[in-house]
Amino acid sequence: MPAPAEQNEKFSAYAQPARLVSTDWLAANLGSGSVVVLESDEDILLYETGHIPGARKIDWHTDLNDPVSRDYIDGEQFAAVAGSRGIGRDTTVVIYGDKSNWWAAYALWVFTLFGHDDVRLLDGGRDKWIAEGRELTTDKPEVTAVDYPVVERDDAPIRAYIGDVLNHFGNPLIDVRSPEEYSGERTTMPAYPEEGTLRGGHIPSAVSVPWGRAAAEDGTFRTREELEKIYRDEAGLAEGDNVVAYCRIGERSSHTWFVLKYLLGFENVRNYDGSWTEWGNAVRVPIVKGSEPGAAPQPRRGRHGA
Amino acid sequence: MPAQLAEIVNDFQSMEESERLELLLDFSRSLPPLPERLAGHPELLEQVVECQSPLFLTIEVGQAPERAVQLYFSAPPEAPTTRGFASVLHEGLNGLPAEQILAVPDDVTDQLGLTRAISPLRMRGMAAMLGRVKRKIREATAA
Repeated sequence: MPAPAEQNEKFSAYAQPARLVSTDWLAANLGSGSVVVLESDEDILLYETGHIPGARKIDWHTDLNDPVSRDYIDGEQFAAVAGSRGIGRDTTVVIYGDKSNWWAAYALWVFTLFGHDDVRLLDGGRDKWIAEGRELTTDKPEVTAVDYPVVERDDAPIRAYIGDVLNHFGNPLIDVRSPEEYSGERTTMPAYPEEGTLRGGHIPSAVSVPWGRAAAEDGTFRTREELEKIYRDEAGLAEGDNVVAYCRIGERSSHTWFVLKYLLGFENVRNYDGSWTEWGNAVRVPIVKGSEPGAAPQPRRGRHGA
Repeated sequence: MPAQLAEIVNDFQSMEESERLELLLDFSRSLPPLPERLAGHPELLEQVVECQSPLFLTIEVGQAPERAVQLYFSAPPEAPTTRGFASVLHEGLNGLPAEQILAVPDDVTDQLGLTRAISPLRMRGMAAMLGRVKRKIREATAA
């Protein structure tokens, strides 16, 4: 049985208020049997240095990515990952993490690929919880594994492949990387390891909105009004738009995906997780350098990518 | 490979994967803080941009003929993996002659047996730390 949604003034302005919980709400609901808290961080050891009491660890790389092919785990593996953490299909899952919930949003997006219905973010994430002096523990939580059904992953509604992006031209694209990555300025220096991408720049017509702009100084999401200014007034998104967001490997753009989908209510938003590490290495895809978005090429119909 | 580093590598290799992470966490706690003359001077340190979390380092090379190298690393407490790697390099290499550090194999970071648990991207940060340490030693000893 899912936990009731939190009611507060800030959240009620968002398109889907139930997608967020505050630190107050979480502190009050920690003992609840219907809520499982997950910590998802960039740093794989951060959880071990201290976590919210009862929170379980999930790692984007070792738990959610396929170990061999560049893809996510399948339904069976997901059932094992969720079940081993005491998550059933109707459990309310609250995810929090470091860096303004960057990796928490990524985990939430993967949960959504499997259609897990009630998955929420802790507004402000790990940093806010700590800043408020709330309890942390290094105790390992006692978890009773439960059965999670094997659900086939459904990518199409929220995940874009490279071919989808080539077909998407003419519709809005949001590049959420830093301005230097967007312009293609960043180069590899001698004796420094390869960054892993052969070409610099951005996908033609993509508008630059670095992901962190959606977060306030304390790591919480900006208010609905502030977000509307950034994404509608500045980036030019309009009601009914079909939007694709991307970054380097799809983590930062999960954060933007969450904002567009659940806080601003755009129904058709996909995360292109191949992102720049795929696009910047792909053969014969168009690239624009510099700070201007550039014109959208003709969409390429046909079969591209997986 | 220098004996003090080889010993650390052996410790990692003799463990199960989950224990290796625990050991790396122990290392992250034992990274010594910067000495006062460096602590307030970020401009004296170089950032390892390949690390996912902010890591700064610098070196000091002693007199010839030994040219003993002192290593200094700085990373925030909220980046324990990065601190752990820096601490492994510190404990394994600090105080050794420049020549011995330059001879450390570049792939030593892969020998810790952490690649599967930590991800190649994260491991690259540690390789980059070693790469920059070596480059700085070369620059300092070329003069």
